[in-house]
Amino acid sequence: MKLKVNGIDRSFDGDPNLPLLWYVRDILGLTGTKFGCGIALCGACTVHKNGEAIRSCITPMSAAAGSEIRTIEDLGANGLHPVQEAWMQVNVPQCGYCQSGQIMQAASFLKSTPHPTDEQIEDAMAGNICRCGTYQRIRQAIKLAAEKSA
Amino acid sequence: MNHIENVSRRRFLTGVFGTGAFILAVRYIPPALGQGQPVNDQTDADRATLHPNLFVGIHQDGTVYIVAHRSEMGTTIRTSLPMVLADELDADWKRVKIDQANGDKRYGDQNTDGSQSVRRFYDTMRECGAAARWMLIQAAAQQWNAPVSECSTEMHAVVHKATGRRVGYGELASAAAGLSVPKKDQFKLKEPSEWRYIGKRMTSVDLESLCTGKAMYGMDARIDGMVYASIEHPPVFGGKIKTLDDQEALKVAGVRQTVPIDPFKPPAAFQPLGGVAVIADNTWAAFQGRKKLRITWDNGPNESYDSAEYKKELRETAHKPGKLIRSVGDSGKAFPTGNNVVEADYYVPLLAHAPMEPMVALAEFKDGKVTAWAPTQNPQAVQAIVSSELGIPVQDVVCHVTLLGGGFGRKSKPDYVAEAAVLSKKLGRPVKVVWTREDDVKFDYYNAVAAMYMQAAVDDRGKPTAWLQRSVFPPITSTFNVNAVYGDPPHLAQGWTDLPYDLPNIRIENGPARAHVRIGWLRSVANIYHAFAIQCFTDELAHRAHRDPVEYLLDLVGPPRTLDFTNVEYPNYGADYKTYPWETGRLRNVIEMVADKSGWARKKSTKGHGFGFAAHRSFLTYVATVVEVELTDDGEIRIPRVDIALDAGRVVNPEATRAQFEGAAVFGTSIVRSGEITAKNGVIQQSNFNDYPVARINEVPVQTNVYITESSAPPAGVGEPGVPPFVAAFCNAIFAATGKRVRDLPLSSNSLFE
Repeated sequence: MKLKVNGIDRSFDGDPNLPLLWYVRDILGLTGTKFGCGIALCGACTVHKNGEAIRSCITPMSAAAGSEIRTIEDLGANGLHPVQEAWMQVNVPQCGYCQSGQIMQAASFLKSTPHPTDEQIEDAMAGNICRCGTYQRIRQAIKLAAEKSA
Repeated sequence: MNHIENVSRRRFLTGVFGTGAFILAVRYIPPALGQGQPVNDQTDADRATLHPNLFVGIHQDGTVYIVAHRSEMGTTIRTSLPMVLADELDADWKRVKIDQANGDKRYGDQNTDGSQSVRRFYDTMRECGAAARWMLIQAAAQQWNAPVSECSTEMHAVVHKATGRRVGYGELASAAAGLSVPKKDQFKLKEPSEWRYIGKRMTSVDLESLCTGKAMYGMDARIDGMVYASIEHPPVFGGKIKTLDDQEALKVAGVRQTVPIDPFKPPAAFQPLGGVAVIADNTWAAFQGRKKLRITWDNGPNESYDSAEYKKELRETAHKPGKLIRSVGDSGKAFPTGNNVVEADYYVPLLAHAPMEPMVALAEFKDGKVTAWAPTQNPQAVQAIVSSELGIPVQDVVCHVTLLGGGFGRKSKPDYVAEAAVLSKKLGRPVKVVWTREDDVKFDYYNAVAAMYMQAAVDDRGKPTAWLQRSVFPPITSTFNVNAVYGDPPHLAQGWTDLPYDLPNIRIENGPARAHVRIGWLRSVANIYHAFAIQCFTDELAHRAHRDPVEYLLDLVGPPRTLDFTNVEYPNYGADYKTYPWETGRLRNVIEMVADKSGWARKKSTKGHGFGFAAHRSFLTYVATVVEVELTDDGEIRIPRVDIALDAGRVVNPEATRAQFEGAAVFGTSIVRSGEITAKNGVIQQSNFNDYPVARINEVPVQTNVYITESSAPPAGVGEPGVPPFVAAFCNAIFAATGKRVRDLPLSSNSLFE
């Protein structure tokens, strides 16, 4: 099967059930995408598939075939994404392990909802766990990114 | 012993690039370790031109290397300690590079636990920076033939104001390296008014890499030739394999083989739990192979462990006289029966850490030596356990410390690193052990389950004339000594022994409990259940007396004084009591501060909208917290606002400190809402974030305000002290909003809130 990862054409002939997460991490060596729960409950593995945030830990390669996948490594490849800039300005991360997923989720969310309400932010981000508890700053950074691109 | 003492000048005698390890003993390193201590792996600081001590090196190009010897799990310690050194060195932060130290006892204590990194190494960092600065000034003065007293530093350069001369640190490094390292009385520390970084806003040196996916965690470690391992552990603590059939597992594509791991010999301590490892070409294949294993287990004696029964046992024990820990007055006679005696039971279940990065480690056994890459809070414990498991000398274990995807105390226990080393030795190649979330939840070192019984006899104003508190919990020491059943002094001292109330009769007791799982440290540890019981019971008494909870607590705490622990075993978090006394005046200050900042006096709780309050000292830091709770129309509990006032002495990094207290409120939210590990037939019943939920963005405080007391007292902890008073204040707020008293945590299993 063929797919695009961060703009590069890739072909894969292994187990079609292999989750995309382990393909990008173990096979492509793109380790910015994280393993947190394996069952789409924490969002640490969030990547973009054709521009939309998905949980790569439950996305089999068969479902990724033919699509364009974007990981955190590519998001700021040509200068930081406004969400990443906001994240740095607000100083969001503590341990940072969940933040690739948080940022990928927020970037996709802001694309479809450029002027979110507090409630919309909660709804969009409720699938992403941060055990360090940086939620207050995540909220703040999303608002800042939205203001900046307004 | 001086804080800094030059025990070897060998480096200077053999030349700048001499291979001999130059060692400068710093505080907490036993003097005997001095010369001849093998160095695992040199840091860039070690290799730099000017290397006056373990923690700093200055290269000729002006780069300053500062060693971070504590582990980074999100507290910003990898930045905060080096910035103290950089400040005293008067270095330009932009030209500082951080060297993450391997496990090596030459650094002294590296166990990043107990909220003590800054407090234990603040002076050392200052002195190491100031000593280097002194040498640079001497070198410049010699070069200029100017009096040392006329030379000073200005951001990475030495200057001579009278003549306007200026020379950069890099240019001075060689000359300075030829000078002797000063003794402590030779150099002067900066005045606080001269600080560039200490006490100022500073973000993590890793901030950009954390936001771009470039940060390297243990989960991201890779080396050539490595294989992946996933381990099926015995489902019951202490169990062993009876029969194993791996035929189906071996048929899974990518699976190479299975390898049994021996069960531990009690006590468990940091040994691998045993079980069967599935070895594969990638992580997922290893996970899949595990699902196909057919194993029968000999579960051993812990098969009878049932957490619901155990809760009853703890409560019964808590109702019987226990071991006396501390007493004041004659509380034995001060408990008349009657309606002026109040009693209550409190309960906190086992809690799991659940850091976002599950346990993971990469290890390579080669030529009789082990190199490990691990997200560990305690790299020297990695060296020790790998050494004992493999029968090799400690100095033949190199432990590289990666970033940690959360720790919260779990990663100070290196059982998972030992697993990788044991497997690498058996397989003769590098092995990366990856735990699943299920492994993490089921095979944790849990925070102890605890039952607290509280009793007070009160006077006409509702103030206690006698106070009894009794706690029962399986102690952490049971993980290291199978016979341990009573709380040990350091953990009883976590908010139990040190009840700060000014009452005529006090009796503090502890009862026995046997552990059936591994018990370990979790952020705030015993303070969680101790503060919960004391601060909620105090709130109950205040309401019963129709008194304001803040005013009532201040009445119980009494006048400003230093608590007297004569004839009481009070370890005080390992800190010297003269340097870090328990001062009720500081607790009063944060209570008054949070009342003021939160507008407590104007806040009146109404049905469905309540304010709760609690205060507690832990890890030498005084904290008072106000939590606002709102009930939505569909009965959900929202937390619009939290106010936290703290006195942590001198605060090195206020930005990181605020973040830690914001995070503590979220960590505490998880504990109150849903934190609960249970067991049936010895098997842990939770597995992942579905049945061990942690707080999400829609469940946490919307706004947490953190107020830091300006203080020049010695620095104290900031990572943990926020959690205990938050838990109690949240429960007190729930009472204020609902009239329901939360005595058994968590809410999710509480019949009151069904």
